[in-house]
Amino acid sequence: MTPLATPFLPLEGNAPPTFGVGSFDSRPLFPSAAWTHGDTAHYAWTDIWVTNHILQAVIGAALVIGFWLWVSHNMKIVPGRKQYVGEYLYDMLRNTVARDILGHDYKTYLPYIVSIFSFVLINNLFGQFFLFMFPTFSKIGFAWGLALLTWLLYNGAGIKKWGLFSYLKRMTVPAGVPVALLPLIIPLEILSNFIVRPITLGLRLFANLFAGHLVVLVFVLGGTYLMFVSEPIINKVAGGAAMILAFAIFALELLVAVLQAYIFTVLTAQYVSSAIAEEH
Amino acid sequence: MTLLEGTGPLGPLLPDHPSEFIVGIVLFFIILGVVWKKVVPTFESTYAARADAIRGGIDRAEQAQAEANAALERYREQLNTAKDEASKIREDAKNAGAQIQAEMRTAAAAEAARIVQAGHVQVDAERAAAREALRRDVGGLATTLAEKIVGEALTDDARSQRTIDRFIADLDAAPQQA
Repeated sequence: MTPLATPFLPLEGNAPPTFGVGSFDSRPLFPSAAWTHGDTAHYAWTDIWVTNHILQAVIGAALVIGFWLWVSHNMKIVPGRKQYVGEYLYDMLRNTVARDILGHDYKTYLPYIVSIFSFVLINNLFGQFFLFMFPTFSKIGFAWGLALLTWLLYNGAGIKKWGLFSYLKRMTVPAGVPVALLPLIIPLEILSNFIVRPITLGLRLFANLFAGHLVVLVFVLGGTYLMFVSEPIINKVAGGAAMILAFAIFALELLVAVLQAYIFTVLTAQYVSSAIAEEH
Repeated sequence: MTLLEGTGPLGPLLPDHPSEFIVGIVLFFIILGVVWKKVVPTFESTYAARADAIRGGIDRAEQAQAEANAALERYREQLNTAKDEASKIREDAKNAGAQIQAEMRTAAAAEAARIVQAGHVQVDAERAAAREALRRDVGGLATTLAEKIVGEALTDDARSQRTIDRFIADLDAAPQQA
């Protein structure tokens, strides 16, 4: 780490590096004396609650709210350019995600769908754009939070529609399964519908963003190391190639950012739909 | 050294601290609240208004169509009425013409009959007058003739023949005197 760090920023004290693998560590915006000296027992609350990653999530939320309020402000029957953009995004979520998957009850869940997609999308895009260059959901706490909310939403929707026991029966005993297989099926269904779903939902989002950011780091930092630190000339050429390839990785990460936001949203709708479906 | 170090066996699969978990949920609820209370209702009411406007337009077009149809129907009816009326007038005129013709014919026939009648009356009167004149004259003529015949020698056939001829000639001249 040390030879890599020198070309960029001289680091003071025990503060973690602010780039490279260190970018996964949250840094307090107003570090206390305890934090700068690595005194685990005496961190101030601001060291934990007021960090760069928390701030970027807050900014993301503010941008999402600002965007939706902006496009929905002063709406006309005949849309202008601004309203057209808003309606395009809104219609994609409303018609191709909510309505197609959830059927005629879709308007109940539409706010959730719209909110979760835009919140995840903007935070994923933070990984590719200046100022942050870090996808918020590669901090797993955020991903677990949204996965938990979706878990609560689809179970809540199912319980509200069918009642607790009827819902549990529907989710664990598929129609048309022979009685002899039930001892096998029921634990599998419980595992699948109540445990695996939220875990995979959170993990998928986190892992895609985490791995994507890590690959970008490998290409950029590795390329930088090869170009500036490593001696043999062939390594410098390889470093330059890696830097160029990093752009391709960035493009791929843009796709992943949009795709993961979409997948998270579609799966949320899908889970709600399976919880409230008449037959499944 | 950093907050990440020393986390449990799950490594990056557990958050450094519940702070990000809680902040994520809170931020999501704030977004959800705004989207739920403001954004979605605004979009949906705009869509409803748009659907209404489109449906209203269709309704108006349908109404205009119905009005046009009604007007067409009315004009057609009026046209039919006018046609009927025209043909009725034509019929009436024809009837009136025929009637006038018949009346004229009757009047003419009456006039002719009257003229004929008058002629007859005149002829009858003249005939009666002639007959009367003839009746009056015949006696005198016969007497005159007889005197003439007697006055001449009855034996002389030639003379009597001449007398008769003379009488006839007188007789022929007589109407011109009368």
